[in-house]
Amino acid sequence: MQSNTYTKAMNEALDSCLKKDKSVFVIGLGVPDPKGVFGATSGLRKKYGPKRVMDMPVSENALTGVCIGAAINGMRPVLTHQRVDFSLLALDQVINNAAKWYYMFGNQQSVPMVIKLTVGMGWGQGPQHSQNLQTLYAHIPGLKVVAPATPRDAKGLIISAIEDNNPVIFIDHRWLHETFGPVPEDHYKVPIGKANVIKKGSDITIVSTSYMIIETMKALNLLNELGIKPEVVDLRTLKPLDEKTIFNSVKKTGRLLVTDLSHREFGVAAEIISRVSENPKIKLLTSPQRITAPDFPAPSSPALSEHYYPRYTDIALKVVEMLEADKDRLAKLIAKDKESNKIPHDVPDDRFMGPF
Amino acid sequence: MMKKQNLISLYKKLILIRLTEEAIALKYQEREIRCPVHLSIGQEAIAVGVCENLKKDDIVYSTHRCHAHYIAKGGDLNRMMAEIYGKVTGCAKGRGGSMHLVDLEAGFWGATPIVGNSLPVALGVAFANKLKGNKKAVAVFIGDGTAEEGVFHECLNFAVLHKLPILFVCENNLFSVYTHLKERQHTRPIYKIAEAHGMEAYQKDGNDILEVYKISSSIIDHIRKGQGPAFLEFMTYRHREHCGPFYDDQLGYRDQKEVKYWLKKDPVTNFKKYLLDHKVILETEMEKIKKEAMGKITRALDFAKKSKFPKQEKDFRKLIYAK
Repeated sequence: MQSNTYTKAMNEALDSCLKKDKSVFVIGLGVPDPKGVFGATSGLRKKYGPKRVMDMPVSENALTGVCIGAAINGMRPVLTHQRVDFSLLALDQVINNAAKWYYMFGNQQSVPMVIKLTVGMGWGQGPQHSQNLQTLYAHIPGLKVVAPATPRDAKGLIISAIEDNNPVIFIDHRWLHETFGPVPEDHYKVPIGKANVIKKGSDITIVSTSYMIIETMKALNLLNELGIKPEVVDLRTLKPLDEKTIFNSVKKTGRLLVTDLSHREFGVAAEIISRVSENPKIKLLTSPQRITAPDFPAPSSPALSEHYYPRYTDIALKVVEMLEADKDRLAKLIAKDKESNKIPHDVPDDRFMGPF
Repeated sequence: MMKKQNLISLYKKLILIRLTEEAIALKYQEREIRCPVHLSIGQEAIAVGVCENLKKDDIVYSTHRCHAHYIAKGGDLNRMMAEIYGKVTGCAKGRGGSMHLVDLEAGFWGATPIVGNSLPVALGVAFANKLKGNKKAVAVFIGDGTAEEGVFHECLNFAVLHKLPILFVCENNLFSVYTHLKERQHTRPIYKIAEAHGMEAYQKDGNDILEVYKISSSIIDHIRKGQGPAFLEFMTYRHREHCGPFYDDQLGYRDQKEVKYWLKKDPVTNFKKYLLDHKVILETEMEKIKKEAMGKITRALDFAKKSKFPKQEKDFRKLIYAK
């Protein structure tokens, strides 16, 4: 199987859908530009022409409505925004129309469209370029929300999202773009609404999603050295939430930690913990915990952002605390790890040079 | 002068809408209609004059004040009334109410009650029509308040940029609820904004059905020929309150001189007079048309009242997500 970056996987998915279905079109600011939405849309215009791969005016709200109308009228639009934050200009169209159309007009017309949003992080992105607003969209009946963590899932979920007959919010994280992994070459779907147990374990269930999967897996390296075997559930889809996979795992481990980059209050983690707590068949050995972004905006300065985002060390510490394991040994492991790994906190890897 | 047959067709629709709205106003007071109603009494000529120039598979979008547009486009009266009564036989199965009328078969693809909200959706339908290369026209009804929304300007720009086959119909009734236009907008006419965006745009008397019909006819022709979008601003006035069955001039928000001026310009009374003066139709024929309309309305009310209420589904997921 070929190995590809997350971005190339998204590009392959769009390419494959454009090729397969004439009703698909891709629209967004910068879609045909030399950067091609971080590479996700690169080369597509040349292949499919300006009527199917297009730029748009800086009119997020109107263009969301335009895509809704086009979707109602037989097309399958993919609308991209280079930051989640920009999509807020279009909340009227997303929440009042896309999410409700099928219901409010008596199930006569649905809105098969995808809104692809990128979450920014680090390199001083600051308060309006790095929001994790998956909770906002996941709150709205009628929307589906996916946030894949791996290249394979990114490709399969874009294809599923485009072929779905409902509006789907597709969230990719900027720090996943250059991650690498196996990606099948064919046109395949990863089902919406199915979580994936990416690491089997028995001591604790860590439910995570999107970029936090990377941090969680890094935490696992430390925890495994302490003999702790967490089970990791990658949600992949936030709405509809795959409770069953979560419940099955927590029933087995008896402990639950949720890691997610939305704010803490009323967030994704709050919802998952609620669902587990409501389930009378689950007896927890210790109170469930969450690791999230704090309840204030993301700052720009590296001196402040260093303390803003929860990282793998926070996850490892929380797990050790929940299991009442050896804190001192973990501290030593973290110190050693930091010694050998001196990448600055505000970039995903050494190659990253910004600017966005 | 227009053909007799066409003039009578205009009158039939005009009177059907007026009588339907008056019937709703009366029935509303029985408290069986339990949703807001925004009556179009006084503004009907625009709906009729525009829609009479559209084909069945041309598409119309509208706003909270949508009854006239729905009927003018040929929407099913029984299902409209049932929707207003919240019944399962309603055009949106009772989920939308008076402000969310829809009749796909008639080419009335929906109404939404947020200012400027259905506008970009209509534009997207026109966009898809152009991508698909069909010849259907789209007409979207908006009010004067929409010109104050950002999305209005975004849509005009996009429509011209892509030369989309869409007609923007602005019904300027001078008020956004109780607030006069002059308190909300500078004195420049609304159609000038559309003109500045680079499209054909005109302002006409929206209470003169023949004027509405004439300009719509030529402008829809222009759209069908692929010559790009167009904008029509029609001056008009609502007779009754913003929302509800009553008159509300006791509140004092409208200048009585202005009210009197517009009541004199009532589109139904004036068109009746025109038809009689020009001997297009006899008074007895007119009565017959009125009776026929009343018959339709009575049957629609009966259908609505006798229809069942929708049942609450246990599995709501299949109601909000398409397969």
